[in-house]
Amino acid sequence: MEFAELIKTPRVDNVVLHRPFYPAVEGTLCLTGHHLILSSRRQDDAEELWLLHSNIDSIEKRFVGSLGTIIIKCKDLRIIQLDIPGMEECLNIASSIEALSTLDSVTLMYPFFYRPMFEVVEDGWRSFLPEQEFELLSSLTDEWRLSCINKEFSVCPSYPAVVIVPKSIDDEALRKVAVFRHGSRFPVLSYYHKKNGMVMMRSSQPLTGTNGRRCKEDEKLINATLRAGKRGYIIDTRSLNVAQQARAKGGGFEQEAHYPQWRRIHKSIERFNILQESLIKLVEACNDQSHNMDRWLSKLEASNWLTHIKEILTAACLAAQCIDREGASVLVHGTEGTDSTLQVTSLAQIILDPRCRTIRGFESLVVREWLQAGHPFQQRCAQSAYSNSKQKWEAPVFLLFLDCVWQILRQFPCSFEFNEHFLIMLFEHAYASQFGTFLGNNENERSKLKLQQKTMSLWSWVNRPQELNKYKNPLFEANSLVIWPSVAPQSLQLWEGVFLRWNRSSKFLDEAYEEMVTLIEYNKQLKAKVNALRRQLAELETDDRMQENA
Amino acid sequence: MEHITTPKVENVKLLDRYTNRKAANGTLYLTATHLIYVDASAEVRKETWILHHHIASVEKLPLTTAGCPLLIHCKNFHVAHFVIGHERDCHEVYTSLLKLSQPVKAEDLYAFSYNPKMSKDNREIGWKLIDLKVDYQRMGIPNDYWEITDVNKDYEVCNTYPPEIVVPKAASKATVIGSSRFRSRGRIPVLSYLYGENNAAICRCSQPLSGFSARCLEDEQMLQAIREANPGSPFMYVVDTRPKLNAMANRAAGKGYENEDNYENIRFKFIGIENIHVMRNSLQKLLEVCEAKSPSMSDFLTGLENSGWLRHIKAVMDAGVFLAKAVKDEKASVLVHCSDGWDRTAQVCSLASLLLDPFYRTFKGFMEMQDLTLVCLFLPRCGHLDGDPKEISPVFTQFTECVWQLMQQFPCAFEFNERFLLEIHDHVYSCQFGNFLGTCHKEREDLKIFEKTHSLWPFLLQKKQDFRNPLYRGFTAYKDLQPNTLPFSFQFWCGMYNRFDKGMHPKQCVLDHLLNCMSQKTKLEDNASELENKLPFLDGPLLPEACSLPKMGSASSKTPMLNTPQDYDGDPPSVLTNGAAEGDRDVMSDTDQENKGNLSKHQHLYDLEAPAGVLDSEATDGKPEHH
Repeated sequence: MEFAELIKTPRVDNVVLHRPFYPAVEGTLCLTGHHLILSSRRQDDAEELWLLHSNIDSIEKRFVGSLGTIIIKCKDLRIIQLDIPGMEECLNIASSIEALSTLDSVTLMYPFFYRPMFEVVEDGWRSFLPEQEFELLSSLTDEWRLSCINKEFSVCPSYPAVVIVPKSIDDEALRKVAVFRHGSRFPVLSYYHKKNGMVMMRSSQPLTGTNGRRCKEDEKLINATLRAGKRGYIIDTRSLNVAQQARAKGGGFEQEAHYPQWRRIHKSIERFNILQESLIKLVEACNDQSHNMDRWLSKLEASNWLTHIKEILTAACLAAQCIDREGASVLVHGTEGTDSTLQVTSLAQIILDPRCRTIRGFESLVVREWLQAGHPFQQRCAQSAYSNSKQKWEAPVFLLFLDCVWQILRQFPCSFEFNEHFLIMLFEHAYASQFGTFLGNNENERSKLKLQQKTMSLWSWVNRPQELNKYKNPLFEANSLVIWPSVAPQSLQLWEGVFLRWNRSSKFLDEAYEEMVTLIEYNKQLKAKVNALRRQLAELETDDRMQENA
Repeated sequence: MEHITTPKVENVKLLDRYTNRKAANGTLYLTATHLIYVDASAEVRKETWILHHHIASVEKLPLTTAGCPLLIHCKNFHVAHFVIGHERDCHEVYTSLLKLSQPVKAEDLYAFSYNPKMSKDNREIGWKLIDLKVDYQRMGIPNDYWEITDVNKDYEVCNTYPPEIVVPKAASKATVIGSSRFRSRGRIPVLSYLYGENNAAICRCSQPLSGFSARCLEDEQMLQAIREANPGSPFMYVVDTRPKLNAMANRAAGKGYENEDNYENIRFKFIGIENIHVMRNSLQKLLEVCEAKSPSMSDFLTGLENSGWLRHIKAVMDAGVFLAKAVKDEKASVLVHCSDGWDRTAQVCSLASLLLDPFYRTFKGFMEMQDLTLVCLFLPRCGHLDGDPKEISPVFTQFTECVWQLMQQFPCAFEFNERFLLEIHDHVYSCQFGNFLGTCHKEREDLKIFEKTHSLWPFLLQKKQDFRNPLYRGFTAYKDLQPNTLPFSFQFWCGMYNRFDKGMHPKQCVLDHLLNCMSQKTKLEDNASELENKLPFLDGPLLPEACSLPKMGSASSKTPMLNTPQDYDGDPPSVLTNGAAEGDRDVMSDTDQENKGNLSKHQHLYDLEAPAGVLDSEATDGKPEHH
């Protein structure tokens, strides 16, 4: 298919762009296969807007006489308005945008066409390989092995080709366990707690059904992670009620009788359309310009967004607590093990493991616990807060995770190597990007799409020093401790950086950030200067002494 | 001292609402000024000091097996829950505290006995730190339009105004006196703030005694004089900060508001800020929400909404913004009143000045504003004395919060930080210093405040290093502030209303970190210049590798991070409950192992070895109040 077929009017002059907090810009609007571009013609102050079609969540059009207006609502929550003279041009532009922003073939997406303008120093596709992760683990323990059972994605389509499993469990047993778990997601290692050797595993629900099926290999597998005489915890991210209902559909949960060494805890975390609706309501509340405090608070409450944040964080803290404080191993799962499970396992690692609070470590966490672990990004991030379609698969699961990370970052502002902008950047790229990293729903699909060969990795771009600088937290001081966030409602806040980003000017907050960076940087330079002076002085003194001695 | 029958009670427990480690056990002392609790169970001596004047209420709760609970709520939102072994002791402490916390006579207030061993001269210098006349001078008064008059020198015109007031030059003495007869409590229109750039003024007064139809020629002349003192604008605003309904109801009592037809070229406007009774109830509801045990997110947000607190804060802020805009953008003078022209009027005028003038965002300016504009509302509104509880109102708390909300939006615009606000707020209720005693200048003179008590400001300035804002960009960086007043711009102030629940606050403090940077900076600069002096012939550039030297160990002092997990398992019957009786939100502490005995139903959980505690849970416990 040629994009040109979809572009009826590639160019319109005298289009006026309106954005909040910026003066209107008049310029020429161009449509290309992947971008909407508006460039002002003024020589003195040329301004350009480049918007990826894939970033467009929904559009609305209005007409007053022959002047058409298109309101574009983006997945990053921004809303812009284009005034287009001429009814036909406006209709053409609108229908082109609509078509280009809803292309159904992944291979038509921009990452397949994007040619980087930067030199690739490190190929991001090879930055975070499971083999490297396993190497790290082997230096700490020899109780685990790397299994290639899923080499052709034949055992579990949503798992990566290699997974880490207990050494004592062979591939034959794994195959049996896979049959017993939803979507074949058998328990695999998620995290090893260096401090006490406890582990966190994740899986999907066991297929016990109504007649209480059991699987000896499954029991053996998870028991293999327990020390003699010790207990473990199974954190089920569904309420007991929901878990019980799942049995009717062939799913279920681990029965006490068959897993006597495990205590099961149910923590209810919402899924799918409930989360999507929550996001839609929250963004609607944030965009409400009325001066009514009660209405705002009541809408904020009704969106339930912060309730979800509290639930997810609480479950993650509980998992971390079991591991660090109770000295117990943990297995986390919900139904499929691709959403709330990953929220819990990844957040628990942020709490427990200082490495995950570094930039590199956090990237590795996103790769391991989200991309390789098979979170269906393409389904979940197909639409954002302005979507009209009530599709079942969309849900801001990853955004909720990032929000929870932001909440912890806010409570421990000196313990993270990255800043808020890093999290916002990840949010943007998960929904629309020039990079292939978040395309596809799992490693299987990514391998079929040949993303490694055909697209650029986000990490190749982000991990260049000039780019990384934007994302470094000036307050960072390595903190090797476990960090326990507060989940009291008073301690959780709306993430302004994402939800109010386009609704208020951030000028004064940006200035404060700059001021902080300046102060800290100046101190660093002073320290270096004092040290250099000391050294020179010491050298001079030594020279003097040597001369005296000579 | 006659109120203290039992100065010392042993075996008193102090329950911590947010940590469920074993309740502290210790001794409670009553002194003439403080309740002091010394925790004997802690390894490090730990004291909790509660100033009697800070106590808002003392409650004796029903007897429990552990003893007799005594619940103390403080005006700075500290809540202390003691359990006293013997009912009789508890009762005695209770009755003593009731009397101590609300002295009947002003002379019993702490300020009159507080003796910081300061010389008489220094005390006087302290009081002279803030001078009314200097502030007028700064605003350029007297000038062609405004003069300082001594018409009130014997408090004859208005006994709640200071002896020196600023009125339009064009207003004759007869006009002033005539106008005062037409204003509630004689509080005539006087200048509060003059905006130097365009001569627009903010004036304040009380409501007119207009009833349904009464007029007063002198009052009309007075307003005309104010309008004409700003030749740049053909009109002036008259702002009634009350809801219209309240103002109308006042007409029946012979009071009311200005009739636009009777006054030449005024634009009359209501700004609906609720009265002190509504505000008091609102705060009460807010505090109930803050004190709730493990509320869900919905409970909290619904409670926050139902309290109406942020709605009121927004109303005050909106009013301040309106005034500032009228003065700056429309170049019009504004006359502000409510009923008596103190609570709402003082709040709003102060806020407008703060928005317009960077001076009020400095230490000096802010202290001055507290002394001059706001002082009128302290004594009855803060409940220092045993009086009518209906007169107590959180007007000052609201003003403080408005300033804090501005700090959130403009982090570089204030010379001082949040702690300065909290410290002042504390002292407004502590009655330790004379600044906030007396309702008006006359009463302050009568009480001999300036001779018998100390001013707070020198004491605060001594601690200026702790109170400064490391991000302050200086006096000239921002002129007027134009805050966003959309509802989402207002945040719940956890640092105020849950200030003593340390577990809820960020565990690492950016402010501390930056203050630390500031003091490091000074040291390093000194070091650098000292070293440079030692190297007289050093004039070339520094060695390039110098910059990659490791950090100086001595200079980077790390704030230890103190942190323990909470009980993240909300549902009581669930497995990981750590067994203690108090609340689910409590911090799960390292002392779990000691609690084993109470945990029979979950005993199996604790068969595990004691986890090696990396963090000291004791240390999360802030020392609430210390003088």
